[in-house]
Amino acid sequence: MVKIAQISCGTDYSGVQKEIEKAAATFGAEMIIPEADLDYIDEAYKKFGFNAASSGIRLMIARAMSVVEGKTKADAVFIATCFRCSEGALVRNEIRRFIQQNTRLPVVTYSFTERTKADELFIRMEALSTIVARRSLLAREKQEGLTIGIDSGSTTTKVVLMENNKIIGTGWLPTGDVIETANTGMDQAFEGTGYKLDDVDGVGVTGYGRLTIGHHMNAELIQEELSVNSKGAVFLAGHQKGEATVLDIGGMDNKVITVNDGIPDNFTMGGICAGASGRFLEMTARRLGVDITELGPLALKGNHEKAELNSYCIVFGIQDLVTSLAAGGRKEDVASAACFSVAEQVYEQQLQEIDVREPLIQVGGTSLIGGLVDAMSTILGGIDIIVPDYSQYIGAVGASLLVSGLGTKNRSKD
Amino acid sequence: MKIALFPPNSLILADLVERRGHEPLVIQKEIRKRVTDVEIDSPPLNITEEEPIKGLKYAAIEVPSGVRGRMAIFGPLIDEADAAIIMEDAPFGFGCIGCARTNELTMFCLRKRGIPLLELKYPTTRDETVEVVNKINTFLDSLEEKNG
Repeated sequence: MVKIAQISCGTDYSGVQKEIEKAAATFGAEMIIPEADLDYIDEAYKKFGFNAASSGIRLMIARAMSVVEGKTKADAVFIATCFRCSEGALVRNEIRRFIQQNTRLPVVTYSFTERTKADELFIRMEALSTIVARRSLLAREKQEGLTIGIDSGSTTTKVVLMENNKIIGTGWLPTGDVIETANTGMDQAFEGTGYKLDDVDGVGVTGYGRLTIGHHMNAELIQEELSVNSKGAVFLAGHQKGEATVLDIGGMDNKVITVNDGIPDNFTMGGICAGASGRFLEMTARRLGVDITELGPLALKGNHEKAELNSYCIVFGIQDLVTSLAAGGRKEDVASAACFSVAEQVYEQQLQEIDVREPLIQVGGTSLIGGLVDAMSTILGGIDIIVPDYSQYIGAVGASLLVSGLGTKNRSKD
Repeated sequence: MKIALFPPNSLILADLVERRGHEPLVIQKEIRKRVTDVEIDSPPLNITEEEPIKGLKYAAIEVPSGVRGRMAIFGPLIDEADAAIIMEDAPFGFGCIGCARTNELTMFCLRKRGIPLLELKYPTTRDETVEVVNKINTFLDSLEEKNG
């Protein structure tokens, strides 16, 4: 059983401890509380150098120290504090860095409210368990045989058919009924290849609809998108060795994952505000009367400083946009400002929680919006961002690649 | 050498550092740069909404803007320092940045830098005061020797 060390403050009084344990148990993991006696707490927080006023936070520091010093054996670490506790936020971040600098354990951080439920934690716990329990599978670098990967996202469904390490067919369409959409996506991917579903050796499914589709199709791999996407990203970018950061600004949530040799070791997920997502850009394109595919090139011709736009809230953001256009603002400048605002929010709300390692591989449908990639690079001080071919298909590619590691079986022979 | 101080606006500590031939890194100088900049108009300190964003380098978005705004000013001083002196439990009049969370983070960042560091408790008697001043002078002189 995967042991996840819980380093937290306030989960008991917030009434969410049970939810955390439930989320871990769902994915075959067990939460453990690191050992720390009274003397050790004093010794540990002084050694750490952060004189926290709250004794609960001091206990957190001691528990982190216990993991780092090997007094507690754990496979992964979950760090959590109450949402809006500033001391908690400060220490949460410093503890994360401390553990990452001194161990090779995968870490995830979270700030919870009394409304936090197990389902919000599922993807994080599943990813932590996968990184630990399926390390050899995640180390796979080459796709073999004929496999199909389905990424059933919140906005779009992507399908990729791969044969011997090459993409031979793709399908892409807006997500409606998840099963029907997946079937249509598969038809698109098979078109012109001469293959049909019975010919494939394995089906891998990821994304929001993974459980429904996976069980319906009896898929060989049903996997959360954090580990699958990072695998697909490093494969497509040709960067399977060494360190990298994968950034996926999605339709509903955003993911930032740091990887080492293709295996994720830290990640953050956000989805609090639609203003920092692809959805905002979709609405911007609609308001500007252009197709989403034209938004990127349009933004690249504009100057974000010439339009007042703030996407901190999707409603007010669109109001800003309308006001800018009414005041005679150019479409190009408004498009650029929309991209810049989304990039700025992703930077402020998510990239801060992770130590960005170069190269940054930007993926997902939004990576095709050139203006957004450009804005992200500017905000990060001009760093190089890789947008690989098929970047919008990374989840499907990752699923297709990973399922080929689960043994080959021709489905018609089942 | 450049010496970071805590509290970062302590005139007494700054004076002691200057007397030993070092450069005190104090926030007054940073604030002065801002308030004399005619380009910025955000009284009283000329801190704009940009500063809390710059402070993200030191504290995550969930940390209140006042902490991040302060860190946008103190953070670069911590990064620049060759050595540091921390005086804990000092009264307001000795120097104060008005925020307990910023105090915690500032001291933590100074300790994390791994530079020569002198940590002191605020003296409450005449004897303790003499001892503290001696400790500061010895520390500052030893830095000079190390520096050649």
